[in-house]
Amino acid sequence: MQLKQLILFILGKMVKMFILLAALCLLSFWMVSNSPVDPVQAYVGADMMLVGPEQLERISAYWGVDKPPIEQFGRWASALLQGDLGTSMIFRRPVASIIKERFFASLILMGLAWTLSGLVGFALGIVAGMKQNTWVDKAIKSYCLILASTPTFWLGLILLIIFAVWLNWFPLGLAVPAGVLTENVRLIDRIHHLILPALTLSVLGVANIALHTRQKLVEVLSSEYVLLARARGASETEILWRHGIRNIALPAITLQFASLSELFGGSVLAETVFSYPGLGRATVQAGLRSDVPLLLGCVIFSAVFVFSGNLIADTVYRVVDPRIRHKDGAV
Amino acid sequence: MALNQSVLSVNELTVSFRQYTRGLRQIELTVITGLSAEIQPGKILAVIGSSGSGKSLLAHAILGILPSNARVTGTMAYDGEELTAERQVKLRGREIAFIPQSVNYLDPLMKVGAQVRASIKDNKKEVQRDIFARYHLDSQVENLYPFQLSGGMARRVLVSGAMVSDARLIIADEPTPGLHPEIVEEALTHLRQLADEGRAVMLITHDVGAVLNVADYIAVFYAGTTVETAPVKDFAGKGEALRHPYSKALWKALPQNDFIPVSGFQPSPGDLPLGCLFSPRCPMASRECFESRPLERELRGGKVRCYHAT
Ligand SMILES: Nc1ncnc2c1ncn2[C@@H]1O[C@H](COP(=O)(O)OP(=O)(O)OP(=O)(O)O)[C@@H](O)[C@H]1O
Ligand code: SF4
Ligand SMILES: [Mg+2]
Repeated sequence: MQLKQLILFILGKMVKMFILLAALCLLSFWMVSNSPVDPVQAYVGADMMLVGPEQLERISAYWGVDKPPIEQFGRWASALLQGDLGTSMIFRRPVASIIKERFFASLILMGLAWTLSGLVGFALGIVAGMKQNTWVDKAIKSYCLILASTPTFWLGLILLIIFAVWLNWFPLGLAVPAGVLTENVRLIDRIHHLILPALTLSVLGVANIALHTRQKLVEVLSSEYVLLARARGASETEILWRHGIRNIALPAITLQFASLSELFGGSVLAETVFSYPGLGRATVQAGLRSDVPLLLGCVIFSAVFVFSGNLIADTVYRVVDPRIRHKDGAV
Repeated sequence: MALNQSVLSVNELTVSFRQYTRGLRQIELTVITGLSAEIQPGKILAVIGSSGSGKSLLAHAILGILPSNARVTGTMAYDGEELTAERQVKLRGREIAFIPQSVNYLDPLMKVGAQVRASIKDNKKEVQRDIFARYHLDSQVENLYPFQLSGGMARRVLVSGAMVSDARLIIADEPTPGLHPEIVEEALTHLRQLADEGRAVMLITHDVGAVLNVADYIAVFYAGTTVETAPVKDFAGKGEALRHPYSKALWKALPQNDFIPVSGFQPSPGDLPLGCLFSPRCPMASRECFESRPLERELRGGKVRCYHAT
């Protein structure tokens, strides 16, 4: 395999990502600086009446929000280049540590939802494709189409009402039981809190991957190489294992990685509905309260995350598909 | 050509495709019309005909691998017993071997050695290696993917895939185009050997010239039917021994003969003439030719579908 080409390809992508990141930071910064929410007011919160004007000035001087936006951005950027993401105004803690904690929580949630949607979607797609045009296929297709057009937050609310409020099987929200010290939280509690949000989040992906896999499998099954396999006595199961999986796995994996952006978008909504303390929710809080350092930190982090997904999607193809792997042609 | 000893006999086979045109109107495209053919053990039946005459579809119909919108009528018998869909499933790959027409019949993501081994009992590697060697495919070829092969190599892989089985009927759909003359010779000789061992071979081709030395009978296809089936010796001279006006014209059109192309076009499946399928182009056509289709009849040791053939 041409390792050099692959490395060049990845380097090229990285350069693009850094340009994109810089643009993204500028844009987000410009948007928050034009936001009607006054960061100082948001910072002080309900105590606004008790704080005098000099104090307000001191606070804004402390956070640097009294300076012109360009200067603020310059300060933030130069600190960033030294590896300092700054301090969050609403949590009053270093942005890096908040993101680390929140991202870990989100990662578990998204990882679970991602794996679940990938496996369930792939399996449903295969069943529908193998049983093309039967009632099974039609049922799976309608199920997916309904799922695909269901808004995540609405679905989350429905699940919450049924399973948490009525049936009382799952907690109403959060990642751990309220009022329990971190070191006393059991793994089972965490899992218990994860199930509903993960389920909500996986649903969108299931529909995507199932419909896509079904379509690919139908194409493969009507291909000439499957015709030959059939003519040479292969059974439908043998055909699925020998030719089906081989030809649909790669597109499915690629799609699954490329869908990380949607997954991330979905996680913002799911985390909000379930008050799950992940990165998505932190982003929303930072935006609503004009917490510039935290918001920019979240923006950078989510962009890198989504970008990595797309990069993996593109790279997997290059590493796995023999047609791209040995581009040099005949030996 | 007694019916009881045929490996395969096809009787009045008609294949049509249901298709939907604009406005969801359903139409039937008849691509094979009342076709009959048979093959005996130890014989090679060459099937010739221009593009679109239904050669591949006949092969697919015998194997039962037509698309699901195809409607098939008529009967087929294998070993004198009706060839039902269940029997097709049982026989293909075991009793009936198939060499497909194009290199698209290879899975692009699977190494070709593995693809050939898939049709060998117990997946034996030696069998595949022997057959590759026979078709001058290097031992490393088995580890290549189809896109790494030249067109000729890919075709040899397809041929190898059918030659590994000990089937009693081999259907080869244009196995030779694009191959080196030496390999064509090898493939045809191999088919002849297989026939001499007692198998029946159906060899589909565009090229009458190439099969004159190996075939026993030649069936001439036109617009989805067999217009004539004749012993190979009748394809000689100026085609005097041939029975059907189309076979004669086709024979005369060969470069080594008069090289005069048959004028006009083969009718398209959606637009077949009411009478004899050849009537719009036939110099001998009379009134009845335009009104009804001639049935197949025996004539001078062959079969013909023409009112006026003598
Ligand atoms: N799935 C299909 N639906 C509709 N028409 C079809 C279908 N498959 C084949 N046909 C038509 O049937 C006719 C016969 O096709 P076939 O492939 O048997 O021709 P052929 O004699 O093998 O030609 P060639 O020498 O080019 O391989 C053609 O007119 C083709 O367009
Ligand atoms: S039946 Fe009539 S039209 Fe058809 S081939 Fe014979 S002479 Fe020609
Ligand atoms: Mg063909």
